[in-house]
Amino acid sequence: MDRTPDRIANPWGARTPYAPGEPWPVRTDLHLADGVTEEDVERWVPSASILHSNGDAMDIAVRAGRIVGVRGRAGDRVNRGRLGPKDLYGWQANHSRDRLTRPLVRENGRLVETDWDTAMDRVVSRTRALLDDRGPGSVGFYTSGQLFLEEYYTLSVLAHAGVRTNHLDGNTRLCTATAAEALKESFGSDGQPGSYEDIDHADTIALFGHNMAETQTVLWTRVLDRLEGSDPPRLLCVDPRYTPVARRADIHLAPRPGTNVALLNALLHEIIRTGRTDRAYLDAHTVGYDELAAGVEHCTPRWAAEICDVPAAEIERAADLLGDARRLTSTVLQGVYQSHQASAAAVQVNNLHLIRGMLGRPGCGLMQMNGQPTAQNTRECGADGDLPGFRNWQNDRHVAELAEIWNVEPDGIPHYGPPTHAMQMFRYAEQGSLRMLWISGTNPAVSLPELGRIRSILAQERLFVVVQDLFLTETAQLADVVLPAATWGEKTGAFTNADRTVHLSEKAVDPPGEARADLDIFLDFAARMDFRDKDGGPLIPWSDPQGAFAAWQRCSAGRPCDYTGLSYDKLRGGGIQWPCTEDAPDGTARLYTDGFDHAHPDRCESYGKDMVTGSPVTPVEYRSLNPDGKAVIKAAEYLPPHEDASPEYPLQLITGRTVHHFHTRTKTGRAPELNAAAPDVWAEISPAEAAAQGLADGDLVQVTTPRGALRARLRTVAIRDGVVFVPFHYGYWDTPAGHRPPDGLPGRAANETTITDWDPLSKQPLFKTAAARVTLVARRGTHEQRATDDARTGKTA
Amino acid sequence: MNGIGITLRALHDGERDLETDLLAVAERHRTEHEVHHVATDVARWSREHAARLAALGPDHGVELSGPRDHTAPGALTALREKAAQALGRRQETGLLLLDDLRDLHLAAARNSLHWEMLAQTAQATRDRALLDLATDCHPQTLRQMRWTNTMIKVLSPQLLVSV
Repeated sequence: MDRTPDRIANPWGARTPYAPGEPWPVRTDLHLADGVTEEDVERWVPSASILHSNGDAMDIAVRAGRIVGVRGRAGDRVNRGRLGPKDLYGWQANHSRDRLTRPLVRENGRLVETDWDTAMDRVVSRTRALLDDRGPGSVGFYTSGQLFLEEYYTLSVLAHAGVRTNHLDGNTRLCTATAAEALKESFGSDGQPGSYEDIDHADTIALFGHNMAETQTVLWTRVLDRLEGSDPPRLLCVDPRYTPVARRADIHLAPRPGTNVALLNALLHEIIRTGRTDRAYLDAHTVGYDELAAGVEHCTPRWAAEICDVPAAEIERAADLLGDARRLTSTVLQGVYQSHQASAAAVQVNNLHLIRGMLGRPGCGLMQMNGQPTAQNTRECGADGDLPGFRNWQNDRHVAELAEIWNVEPDGIPHYGPPTHAMQMFRYAEQGSLRMLWISGTNPAVSLPELGRIRSILAQERLFVVVQDLFLTETAQLADVVLPAATWGEKTGAFTNADRTVHLSEKAVDPPGEARADLDIFLDFAARMDFRDKDGGPLIPWSDPQGAFAAWQRCSAGRPCDYTGLSYDKLRGGGIQWPCTEDAPDGTARLYTDGFDHAHPDRCESYGKDMVTGSPVTPVEYRSLNPDGKAVIKAAEYLPPHEDASPEYPLQLITGRTVHHFHTRTKTGRAPELNAAAPDVWAEISPAEAAAQGLADGDLVQVTTPRGALRARLRTVAIRDGVVFVPFHYGYWDTPAGHRPPDGLPGRAANETTITDWDPLSKQPLFKTAAARVTLVARRGTHEQRATDDARTGKTA
Repeated sequence: MNGIGITLRALHDGERDLETDLLAVAERHRTEHEVHHVATDVARWSREHAARLAALGPDHGVELSGPRDHTAPGALTALREKAAQALGRRQETGLLLLDDLRDLHLAAARNSLHWEMLAQTAQATRDRALLDLATDCHPQTLRQMRWTNTMIKVLSPQLLVSV
């Protein structure tokens, strides 16, 4: 057992090498509070990680009514006992002194403590007034990727069939919307094709814009253990940064940001040109191959080399690696999802697997990754605005089915158009037609692009903002009503990771003060609003997690994400992959082992979209294109990025993550080890670029774009010349100004500078395609720099 | 100049105008970010169409000038952007947006019908070059129509109810 190791210095821990096809060895990681031993622990409560998308199973250690540590679950399929640094240290945030313990309401411009009745009355009376005066289009909900399945489903029912608004989304829009969209485009429905076990079998692993080493440390540990074992897989990394993944890769391609489609088209071109497609698989299981072949005919490595600034020979080598693979596993994440032409690029990775016939077999794993721990549930429960159970809003039979499950009239469920995504909701709020926004478990005042704009929207007098959270976040500080929520370890519910593994997370301790589970808050709202079904019964008849889970099981029955074979009891034994049914009681390791049922016109979640404009394909067109339900191969043309480097802004700005933090640091910034490891923002450029700009490592610099500026300490690292990288986690809650930059000075949030632009298909904002310049503020170690640092962090001499 | 030449000219002028109109709408509705970015993307198609029509013109006895030159963003553009940002907070701007999208849709529909005429004639006269051009370009015109229609479909319920 790996006891209380220093996992800040070594995030991946000790190696346990293994050979292809062998099970991944167990390594149990444990971290307990100082002075506590395993013998002191009174209870171990099963749960899983809520600080990344990997779904690492763990037991929460409880003593005297408090969480005192965590231990990885050795028997779980996902992590085999391992935990990452955020899991080992992040639980301490639960005990932070600044947790919200009472509701707050705005009085005379200030937030003051109140009781639940007063706070909920305000929410309910405003909702009622808006529904009467302006209709459901004036109310929007913006939720999270960190609540539980039961909470999302309840929110989804109350928004879709109670308030009857089309304005419902999760912050999963920022991290995983493109994964969902790419899966819908290629396979007709959301649902991860592959399984983490594919890592055990693969002979080739390709990571497209996925810094797995930092975002999913335990999965990367699995890859490292394969690399150290016999017959290791070969590794391809596509990333403009020289990440820990790039350091271990056989081939590392570092394209210009915004050119993924060009690069992928060239890889497809080479594989097709050299005849390494699986013709029998294409004939049996796909439509659209000819269009792809014609579309990439001109996309030679030489053509792409010009656009991507990657040597043509390297592209050819990468195509050889992919073309020679016999068991190819690919993963995709934010380097694709948050970049220009996000969905179009992610779909080309699907195409790579389709033309090589590499799906549905051990080692042939395709994983369009998720960014957040419970993002999969946001998607499947419809808390991202989609209809629950991957139902198709353009298919009247799907709507009727849902109406029957909820016992409402079909026209009581808005389905006149696609659901309103988060960025459009903020636009409606800016433009004045959306007057109430209920934000649960997310922090748009740090995480959305162009923060000056977001703050000014949230601060509008005419917009009523409800924030439900653990802490007085930057967003909560702009709210009219703040509702204190319980979190992981303080409530019970299930959630699903990036490879469809469902875990149960049970309540270990009581929430602080009057904080309530998100489920209870939503149920309270539904009861106060008195939402009814068509026979006058309560629209939401359940009153606890178990009841919500049962309702969701019924809604999921017969759909790709079928939960009917699961139960809380069964989940206590460890994670299980959906679909889990009577016929598949142990879950399902891989989708698409035998065809693409979910793509059938009668079953599919989506008929697809135009790869440039995002316009939905009509049911009639889809039926004629894909009458029998095969995988759809969709070609995409490369388009130049919407904002490119210029003489005024000569660099390309990309934002991203670091291993020590999650999202806007609301929890990880309150875990001492994690905070100490990465206490403040920095900016990365290459040494050559620094020299060209007259800068040196450690200087305080300003990163400026047409939207705004931030100040950060400069790190010179191995990264493409011409690119500046800034982590997006840092906001203002731990600075004197609280929710915004200090008066008259640039702030430290990366999103002060990012562009408001999103992928037309997935509606995911683009955080990796902006133009910027970097200028000197103060040399390293000078008095000016220290003074500026102190002003920013509020330190006094 | 026969009917083909006349239609080529009409379509060429229509594509030139549509490019200009798309870019003008992109600028006017800078605060409608998806409209701004996608209009700019699909304007590129009209630009290519105008250029390819101009290249084919002499074969049919017409001299066509091709796409317009675009001057670099100047003071006037900056002013329009400022105006767009100020108007972006007003609900009436939503109606203006719907009007603009409707006009774009109608302009694209006009071009589409001209492509149809040319494609049909090209088939009848076995004019390979013209047929190839129409086969390449017409689908993009249809995508412009689909896009404007989609935006109207998505935005109308919100923008009409709220004014």
